[in-house]
Parts: sequence; structure tokens; C-alpha cells
Amino acid sequence: MDQQVLLILVQDGIVNGALYALLALCLVLVFAVTRVILIPQGEFVSFAALTYATLDTGHVPASLYLLASFGAAAFLRSVWSTRGRALVFLAVETLVLPAAIAALTVWLAPLKPGVVVQAALAVAIVAPMAPYLYRLAFQPLGEASVLVLLIAAVGAHLAMTGFGLMIFGPEGARGPAFSDAMFSLGALDVSGQSLWILGLTSALMAGLYLFFEFTLLGTALRATAVNRLGARLVGIRTTQSGLIAFTLAGLIGALSGVLIAPLTTVYYDGGFLIGLKGFVAAIVGGLASYPLAVLAALAVGIVESFSSFWASAFKEVIVFAVIIPVLLWRSLRHGPAEDEE
Amino acid sequence: MTRLWPVMAMLLCLTVPWIPGLPLFSVTLGNLIGLAAIVTVGLVVLTGVGGMTSFAQASFVGFGAYTTAILSTRYGVSPWLTLPLAIAAAGIAAAAVGAITLRLSGHYLALGTIAWSVSLFYLFGNLDLVGRNDGIDGIPPLVILGWKLIDVRASFAVIGIGLVLAVIATRHLLDSRWGRAIRALRGAAGAASSCGVEVPKARLLAFVYAAVLAGFAGWLFAHLQRAVNPTPFGLNASIQYMLMAVIGGAAQLPGAILGAALVVLVNDRLQDWLPRLLGSGGNYETIAFGVLLIVVLQAAPSGLWPLLSRGRTRARTLTPAPALPVRSARPVGSPVLEVSGLRRSFGGLVAVDGLSFRLAAGELLGLIGPNGAGKSTSFNLLTGILAPDAGVVRLCGEEVTGLAAPAMARRGVARSFQHVKLASGMSVIENVALGTHLRGRASPLAGILRRDRAEEAMLFAEAARQLERVGLAGFEDRPATSLALGQQRLVEIARALCLDPTLLLLDEPAAGLRHQEKQALATLLRRLKAEGMAILLVEHDMEFVMGLADRLVVMDFGTRIAEGAPEAVRRDPAVIEAYLGGVA
Repeated sequence: MDQQVLLILVQDGIVNGALYALLALCLVLVFAVTRVILIPQGEFVSFAALTYATLDTGHVPASLYLLASFGAAAFLRSVWSTRGRALVFLAVETLVLPAAIAALTVWLAPLKPGVVVQAALAVAIVAPMAPYLYRLAFQPLGEASVLVLLIAAVGAHLAMTGFGLMIFGPEGARGPAFSDAMFSLGALDVSGQSLWILGLTSALMAGLYLFFEFTLLGTALRATAVNRLGARLVGIRTTQSGLIAFTLAGLIGALSGVLIAPLTTVYYDGGFLIGLKGFVAAIVGGLASYPLAVLAALAVGIVESFSSFWASAFKEVIVFAVIIPVLLWRSLRHGPAEDEE
Repeated sequence: MTRLWPVMAMLLCLTVPWIPGLPLFSVTLGNLIGLAAIVTVGLVVLTGVGGMTSFAQASFVGFGAYTTAILSTRYGVSPWLTLPLAIAAAGIAAAAVGAITLRLSGHYLALGTIAWSVSLFYLFGNLDLVGRNDGIDGIPPLVILGWKLIDVRASFAVIGIGLVLAVIATRHLLDSRWGRAIRALRGAAGAASSCGVEVPKARLLAFVYAAVLAGFAGWLFAHLQRAVNPTPFGLNASIQYMLMAVIGGAAQLPGAILGAALVVLVNDRLQDWLPRLLGSGGNYETIAFGVLLIVVLQAAPSGLWPLLSRGRTRARTLTPAPALPVRSARPVGSPVLEVSGLRRSFGGLVAVDGLSFRLAAGELLGLIGPNGAGKSTSFNLLTGILAPDAGVVRLCGEEVTGLAAPAMARRGVARSFQHVKLASGMSVIENVALGTHLRGRASPLAGILRRDRAEEAMLFAEAARQLERVGLAGFEDRPATSLALGQQRLVEIARALCLDPTLLLLDEPAAGLRHQEKQALATLLRRLKAEGMAILLVEHDMEFVMGLADRLVVMDFGTRIAEGAPEAVRRDPAVIEAYLGGVA
């Protein structure tokens, strides 16, 4: 392997790793706040990527139907337990918002308003599905055990994959790059898309950091993560924290989808594998440490790019095998855990 | 009747498929249900009973199927000879995965098995050894007495008998010494470990057992379908097995069969109807199943079976049995427990700080102090649930500092818990029998094969004896958690006594007891003391503890503030200060 190939592989690894890092952050966040292991995270990625690709053809993406149905279902699921002013907010969140996004999309899509607007639209269409999903699947389970929530998450993943096939069909698609520019850095060619990915990822991470450190909402989320009961006692509604965590996960998942769309052909079920790589990173961080998860995500990206060079048929096998030494190490380091439900 | 059901069920399997006029298609569906039910029975043990979640059951089916496929096509090994190998392959694979993940919290196993499931799917699909995505075909059928089992009806008979055997084996396992350990994992793992159960071992056992059943189903699958490829062994198949367990009612064996039947039948109907309604090209049944899984979890978290059956615990007939051997009693007055300089902190909070005391055989020491004084932490340090930061603990002269709970239990330390820990799915006597875990020898395999009956009779006779001792004779077959809280505490004491302990630690045993029950408990403790047992008692009921204890150790803010005879302690100014916040 010459130096050039090595550099390209490392670059690929870092760019993909940055996306895995975003997903890993969301997984850690959602798990900490709601105790849900967000298996369907990957579906937000693939749905956004495919929506973005559809918008680029000037058509109205079918995912709008899914958004509207999810919103309506979430409304029906929550309306019985909501009273007073909260009912107005619920209606705005689950009925008006999807309608507004749909109107905007129907108006803008045929105009082909350019990649940035299309990307924003794709994120707007897909991201709200996450809080709707929370209202539908997880909020009613309340204080169920982590394992029950996990089984529900797997169910949500299964259903979402089915929806994905229904609305996007079995064909994959690629979205347009944000930038076609190429920069030369010594022996290495750096694409504009890579810079977009790295830039947006870093900005998002910085944004999340500021959000959690310096805003009241962020602090409330952290409090929920540390102690749910305690948070409730001081007046933080854990349901609301859950909704916010899911919204962030939806936003970031969808954004990752838009960013990854130009790099690879995305299929309706392809997000799952991408999300699972985020999981590998999140697990390395013990589902608790944000910095460790980010570092691990970069490592996962690099392992993946090298294994696709050397043994492409076994790429996925190798990436997921990374989890084994990590679990082994965790297992040896910690004493036996006693799960008492 | 209950004894006869396996025979009846097997006879049905041998006759039903040949009923004239029965469409072949429904026999095929029956075969799918049977195979899935065998896997789901394993999940009942793992998830419903043991409280662990695996999304790799289909991979274990794959291990069984591929093992026999390779051996019988490439090396011409008879399918009957590959059966143990196929089962072993699945079991060993599970042991490897389990060894890595089972010591961690439950969700690591679930996540680990998802990753493992995906990665194996790609491995099966890309390895030449297993024929890549094309798989292996031309697998020889099973042959019984020269009769080749190729017909769908014959397959039904074989699968049905296999399912009956799997259910019997599982019943036997759950009703054995190790089975009780597995049943205690959910909700009472701490109690099991203080009874000497190596909890990670019990977890591994449940996981390997579930994989073995999956491997068995895989072996059947390979020889009845006569071809294997990676598709039925992927993650989606594993999710479907989980769905079956959840729908049926993950804690019950009949629920596994009900769940498997529902999912297979619904799947078949959906694949027929949905494309007609919605047009082809979708994978609509996955949507239906995903939604169904969530709806069932929300609406009927314990599945459909409990809604159909009346929740009854079966009465156990106790057979007279010889008494178990007991530990030689320590002479009254000889040192049992010596604690010096015990210290433990949680972050900045020092919960126990330099605690020292001694306890002799035949002595009852009361450990008292205000809430938050560090009494329960001391208990956890002395019983191996927590490891101390500093200090030395000696038991009968042997240093035992920092030993884990099962090791302490082996040395004769038994305890009850402040927050009662009884396994909710077990009857009173089964909970008590958990305490005899270390006094039995039978292996899980002996349990499955029912070679443990003589020993089990002895263990249950001992449990019944201890239950009578604490005054709960007649409650044997009640569900343990249906008792009043005070009685549940007595069940814990009976369980602790089943360890034949040298040292008994009781955490607020009198809380929730009525006056007469308290007196009975006091009489029992005096008798145990007279027999030479050393007893350490944490109690808030001052009248109770003053009347019983030979000496008292008073703790406040993690340190010992007074020690001595009850009367002297009662007058100690430091104690009054601690309890009443100033001279009253």
C-alpha cells in the first residue's frame, strides 16, 4: 500500500467516522435521557437521504405522507391524555407542523431551489418523525425496563423499514453533493463534500456542547439523564425531556442522512447498518461518555475504510467484530452487574 | 392427566397429519409453527424467566443448521450423529458470546447480539465453506428404520415430537436447582447471589440453553428443508422469534407455542391479504409485526397467555427425605466474626468509616443507629455485595475481606434484605429452596434428565422444615409475593436458614410484623442463638432489639459511637445525642 492510498483510506475513514460520531452522540443522549436504545435511528438517516435525492429530481417525496400519518397517529395517541393549553401545542406540533412542511415542500419541490434548501427541506420532513415516534411507541411505556424499551425500539425499527420500502421502493439513490470543489492538500485530494461534513459535524458538536452547558433546557436534559425521579421532583417534565432528546436525534439523524447521500448509494434499509456503526461507537463509550463515543466513531470509520480495501466482502463482519474486544474489556474491568428490574 | 400429556401430544403428532382431507398446506404451516416454537421455548427461559434479551437466536439456528449441512453433505456423516455436534456448535457459540457480554448489564447482551447477528449474516453470505449466499443444498433427509422422512407429514411428526421433548426438558430444567437460580435472576439476583448462586454462571446457563434449543431447531430445519441459505438466520428472523415470545407471554412455556402459532399464521394471512389491499412490492408484514410488537408491549406487557389461563401455581407434593448433612456447629463463645477498621465511601460520602467489632458463636449483636448511619452498607460489606475500601474482615479466623457474595455464602454467611428480595414467579417454598443451592450437587443436565429427584426431595424437605421453623407452615405453595410484607421477611429468614449458616445477618426482620409474630421471631432467634449461631441484627424496633441482643453496636455517620450491653448503651449520652439531637 503506498502512502497515497493510505491517506485516502484515512480520509474516508474520518469523513464516515464523523457521521458515525453524530449518530453515536444521539444514541448516548437518547439513552441517557429516556433509557431507550434508539435502534430506529438509522431509518432517519436513510429516509432523509432518499427524501433529499427525490427532491433533487424535482418531485414531491412520498415521505410527506409518512410524516403526516406519523403526526396524525401521534395526535390520536396523545390527545386523550392532554388537556387545556397543552392540547393546542399538541395540535400545532403533530398536525399544523406537518401540514406546513407539506405545503412548503409542494410549493418548493418543483422549483428545484438548490441543494441547501433541498437539504433543509429533507431534514424538516424527516426530523419530526422522531418525536412522533416517541409519543407513539415509547412515552406510553413510561417507566418500563430498559429491555422492554429496547424490544419496542426493535419493533419500531422493523415497522419503519417496512414503511421505507413502501414509500421509497427497493431502489437506492444518491443525492447531489453540497459542493463539487476539490482541494489539493499535498498528495491528498480533499473534496468539498468532505469539508462540508467535517465542518457541519464539528459545528453541531460545538452547538450540542453549548446547549447542554449553557441553556436551561440543556441542563434540564442533563438532570433527567442523571436522575429521572430527582428531575421530576424539581419540576422537570421527563416526558418533555424525552421529546426534546428524540427531536435532537431526529434532526441529527436526518442531517447525517443528507450529508451521506452524496457519498454512497442509500437504500431504504441502509440506514440501519450506518446507525449500527454509531452503536458500536456508543457502546465503546459505555453508552455514557460523549468524547469516548466520538473517538470510537472515528476509529470505526477508519477500521471500516481499511477493511473495505483489504477484505471488502467481510467489511461489515470486521466492523461489528470491533465490538467484541471492547465488550470483553468492559466485562473484565467491571464486576458482574446485577440488573434488578 | 398431567403426567400423560407428553404421550398424548406425541400420539397426536403421529396421527393428526394423516387425517384424511387435511390440506397439506396446513401441515406445512404446522411445521413452521413447531420449528419456531422450539426456538421460542428457549427464549422463554432466557427472556421471560431469566430477564435477558437476545437478538441472535436465528444465528444459533443457523449454527445448528450449517453444522449438520456441512458434515452430512461433505463428509457423509449420518444426521443422527451430527445432532449432538449441531447442538454443541450452537451452545459453544453462545458460550463465547455470553462469556463476553453476560457480566455486563442486560442491554449489552441485546446490543451485542444485534451486532453479532448482522455480522454472522454477512459471514454466512460470504464464506465459501458455507456456500456463500447460495447456501448448501442436497442435505440428506432423516432416516428412521430405513424410512426416509421426506414427506411433509412425516416432518410434522418429527418436529412435533421434538417440540414436546423441548418443552419437557425445559420444564425439568426450570424445576431444578439451577432452574431456581435462573428464575431468581429477574428481580432477585442479589438474593440468589447471597444464597451462593454464581449469577453470571446462571445467566450463561440460560443463554446457552436457549441457544442449544435453537441449534436443535436448526438441525431439524436443515434435514427437513434439505437446503440452507443465510436468509432465515438473519436479524429479522431473530426479531420475529422475540415477537413470538412477547406476544405469547414470555414467562410461560405454552405462551411460546401460542406466540409462534399466532405469528406464523398471521404472517401467512398477511402475505396473502396485504399485497391484494396495498399492491405488491412492499414488505407489509414487517410493518404489521413491528407495530404489533409495540402494541402488545403497551397493552399486554406480559403477553396473551396469562390472559387466557388462570394464574395458578401448581401445588408441590413433598416426599419424605433424609435430612441434609449440616456444618459442624462452632462452640458457643468462639469468635465468628472479627471486623476491624472497615471503611467504604461512595464518591465524597464516607458511608462506613473505621467500623470495628467482634461477634462470637451463640451471640446476638444488635447494630443500631439513626437512618443513614451506615448499617445497611455495613451489611453489604460483610456479605460480599460491596467491597470495602479498607479494613479487615475475619470469619472463623479466616480473612474474607472483599470476597464476593457467593464465596461468603459458601463460608456460612446468610442474610436477609431490608428491601425484601423474593423471586416473584416462584412459590414460597421454591424461594426458600433457593437457599439450599449450595447444599445440592446436581448439574443442570441432571436436572433436565430428572436424575436429581432424590436430592431435590432432600432440598425441599429442608426448605419445608425451615419454613415451619419461622411459622409459615401451610404457606408452601402460595406465590411468594402474595404474602404480607412481614411474612415475606420471614420467608427470607427461612431461605437464609437453608444455607445452614454460621453467621446470620438480619436487616430489620421485625419491620411489618404483628406483635405475636414478633414474639415468635424472638423465640426463634433465641433458639438459633442457643444452637451456637452468631447473629447480627439491624433493627429499628428498640423494644425488640433491647430484649434480644447480648450487646449493641451503635453507629452514626458511618462510625461506631457506642458499644456495650443494651442497658449501658441506652444511657450513653452520645447515643441519646445521635437519636434525639441533644440531651432530652
